[in-house]
Amino acid sequence: MKVDKLADELGLKLLVGKSGLANEVTGCYICDLLSYVMGRASKGDAWITVQTNINVIAVAVLTEVGCVIVPEDIEVDEKTLAKAELEGIAVLSSSRSAYELACAIKALISV
Amino acid sequence: MSDVIRLHFDVAGDNLTEAGAAAGSVKKVLHQLGVDPAVIRRVAVAMYEGEINMVIHADGGTADVEITPEYIKVVLTDSGPGIKDIDLAMTAGYSTATKRVREMGFGAGMGLPNMRSYSDEMNITSEVGVGTTVEILIYTGKDRSPVNMAAEA
Repeated sequence: MKVDKLADELGLKLLVGKSGLANEVTGCYICDLLSYVMGRASKGDAWITVQTNINVIAVAVLTEVGCVIVPEDIEVDEKTLAKAELEGIAVLSSSRSAYELACAIKALISV
Repeated sequence: MSDVIRLHFDVAGDNLTEAGAAAGSVKKVLHQLGVDPAVIRRVAVAMYEGEINMVIHADGGTADVEITPEYIKVVLTDSGPGIKDIDLAMTAGYSTATKRVREMGFGAGMGLPNMRSYSDEMNITSEVGVGTTVEILIYTGKDRSPVNMAAEA
């Protein structure tokens, strides 16, 4: 499923990274320790994290995750958003928890 | 020798937010060369972890990359405090990072173990008070999935 469809279905708010909306989402990974994410996240994962510093975008680029989703309406640093726009990483925001998001993503992509 | 590409990067020490710039550049070059994406990911992640280490612990350093059709070699050199006990430093979960670094999502003691699991060969030489050199060798022909590698680590 493409990121823009996922965003529609889950009611996610696109913060930045419109050019990343065409990426394919094939899985989901929840983690806030960046070294863990680098070691374990797969290409195409929707990465849910409460980390909002600029390094999140570097990790997203290196791991080629499909998009970054920030749960529970957590505010994202301006620098992070600027970097994401530059790198074409879609950063999406939701009021739901990481667990709720992951459950909803599973229902959508496992069909 | 036209098949060898050499790249040099200076990694600034004062800025964790700039870390990863060298890894990102190398990733782009490898993509342009048509290197297997799985290999590119291993190089990029190992290099990024190395950059982070140099920023956190050593006030920066340099990264030298050698790209050949057979392998990619990354040499990370710093003039930091050095590593007293390399075996201990290689232990997953062991960390000397500050609280601030941990709050940014790093310093979980995964850096060196990640680098080792992503490389085919890794050598660390270090002298306390002088600095550290980490050499990483990744063969372009090998294709190991990140998940399998993490399990091996």
